[in-house]
Amino acid sequence: MALLNYFPDWLLVHGPGFLMALPLLMAAVTALLPNKRIGWISTFIVTAILTVTAFGIALYNIEVGTFIYKMGGWAPPHGISLYIDALNAPLVLLVALMAFITVIYALPATIAEIKPNKRAPFYAAFLLCIAGLLGMVVTGDAFNVFVFLEVSSISTYTLVAMGAARDRRALSAAYNYLILGSIGATFFVIGIGFLYMETGTLNMADMARILADLDGGSRVAKVAFGFIIIGLGLKLAMFPLHTWLPGAYAHSPTPVTAFLASTATKAALYLLLRFTFFVFDPSFAYVADVLMFVLVGLGVIGMLFASLTAIFQTDVRRMLAFSSVAQVGYMLLGIGIATTASVAAGYLHILNHAIIKGGLFLALGAMWYRFGITRMEDFRGLGKTMPLTMGAFTISGLSLIGVPFTAGFVSKINLAGAAADAGWWWAVGVIMLTSILALVYIGRLLLIAYFQSPPEVDGAVVKRNEAPLAMLIPIWTLAILSIVIGIESDLIVEASVRAAELLLGAG
Amino acid sequence: MAELFAQYNYVIVIILMMTGLYTIFASRNLIKKLAGLSVFQTSVFLLYITISKIKGGQPPILLEDKKYGYDEDGYALLDGPISVAAGDASYILPGPGSDVIYSNPLPHVLILTAIVVGVATLAIGLALVVRIREVYHTIEEDEIEAADFIYNLEGTAD
Repeated sequence: MALLNYFPDWLLVHGPGFLMALPLLMAAVTALLPNKRIGWISTFIVTAILTVTAFGIALYNIEVGTFIYKMGGWAPPHGISLYIDALNAPLVLLVALMAFITVIYALPATIAEIKPNKRAPFYAAFLLCIAGLLGMVVTGDAFNVFVFLEVSSISTYTLVAMGAARDRRALSAAYNYLILGSIGATFFVIGIGFLYMETGTLNMADMARILADLDGGSRVAKVAFGFIIIGLGLKLAMFPLHTWLPGAYAHSPTPVTAFLASTATKAALYLLLRFTFFVFDPSFAYVADVLMFVLVGLGVIGMLFASLTAIFQTDVRRMLAFSSVAQVGYMLLGIGIATTASVAAGYLHILNHAIIKGGLFLALGAMWYRFGITRMEDFRGLGKTMPLTMGAFTISGLSLIGVPFTAGFVSKINLAGAAADAGWWWAVGVIMLTSILALVYIGRLLLIAYFQSPPEVDGAVVKRNEAPLAMLIPIWTLAILSIVIGIESDLIVEASVRAAELLLGAG
Repeated sequence: MAELFAQYNYVIVIILMMTGLYTIFASRNLIKKLAGLSVFQTSVFLLYITISKIKGGQPPILLEDKKYGYDEDGYALLDGPISVAAGDASYILPGPGSDVIYSNPLPHVLILTAIVVGVATLAIGLALVVRIREVYHTIEEDEIEAADFIYNLEGTAD
């Protein structure tokens, strides 16, 4: 591939290690910087480098297929290896790109939302969160996953709590997230411990080989699988383990919400894919049962319950948070049907939903930045007062519903098609029904924004007051990306099919 | 029943785990919840150490550093017998011809990492409780919810 020639060899060869080492090191440096704009500049440069590296790695992965980076030169399975294959290469790019886009937006947002003496620590925690997410996506070592999961989680707790400058409920939201997140991580590490008892290794590829030799393993492996599913379920906000999510999304600073909504649950979903299809295998009876009854069941209940709850929210960010829980249900449904087409559709929805929700939360943040509003009834006349921001919000909102020529349509039609092919017609019905529910809650907001006149403040009608350019660029980038995927979907669909074929084999 | 006593450390792990989880869910005091979380995490440390310990096992300490060939990329392979110091005699570690029982060092190392993670979590949790106490003047969850009730109802912060 011609584009690949522009990347230096060392970057591609050491790229996986570089991806997590750079933000980890720079987090420490950024924490020591003064609370001026320099913290933002450092984060901006790091995320830009990460995005370029991730792009190179994704291209390199297409070129050479799966490649392994041996940390410190120790050969797996004894040493820690970093794995890049068709499943995690697109997610690496997604995390890096969303971090970069969010950081552009964060420049004005942090000035409005974060106390002046907390800005450098804010960016340091942000970089740590990126390092953790990239680390848990690239690593091929099961315990390493836990470590990076906690690196990203602990930095996320602080990031959520920093919303306290704007809304004091951020503190109790962060506390609840900490308790539930730690329980989830601890369940996960118990699962890893049982897996280690069963297989005697921590390398995921090695675990997979040994478990396949043991034909699924003894009861210890089953218990391990249960613990891992529950632990990851907490992290990815699987209904009914989602109770931390609405609070954390609604009260954290707006850049954090957008970044979390588009990457944190997605990285946990990636781990779910990695463990159910790569380490364990759906050919084991207990894995198939969990996929069929737990993931599909909870996914569908979550879709219906969270969509209905979203309709009755007065706070728009809380409404979108519940919508996120519903969208996780779609992904779980795709994963649970467990055919190549459905896993590809679920994976596609992971990528698309990150772009859609990122765009929606960024647009909401811009509205808060200008008018300080998060309640639905305060959105009166935003179509007139913030036409550009509201335009991007509308595009992303329509994409969330699944209107043709948007990203949401591509993944939903793929998911519905995969469900129909597998003979799951009732699932197609549920997908249709929840899309209508999404139309209700997004449509209600659009009606208020476009067909009610702007409110009057001190006797004068609120005038047009558009978001600053540093916010409009990221918001519109994501909105346009959503349309581009909707029209030119071949590339991203191919990527998701490659990921599913890696997990399940072709066909 | 005798089996339970023979494997009493697993029983302790389960008791600690359930105590911790119950404390998290049952108490409404933020500090007590964190204490429960710590107990819960500690049970996992014990679980990992239990699975690595063998009765009469020796610490695996290398007596001499031998290289056993290299793989195709030039990395050292450690798959042959290795001498270790255990007690006052030298033994041979895994692989063919091994006759020493030794405790697995890996879970200990893993749990060191997990302990650090646990400390960090607890530190962040306690710092959050301090901030909550400053803002709400209470660390009882019910009172915090009551204080936030009107905010939640109106949907705005200030």
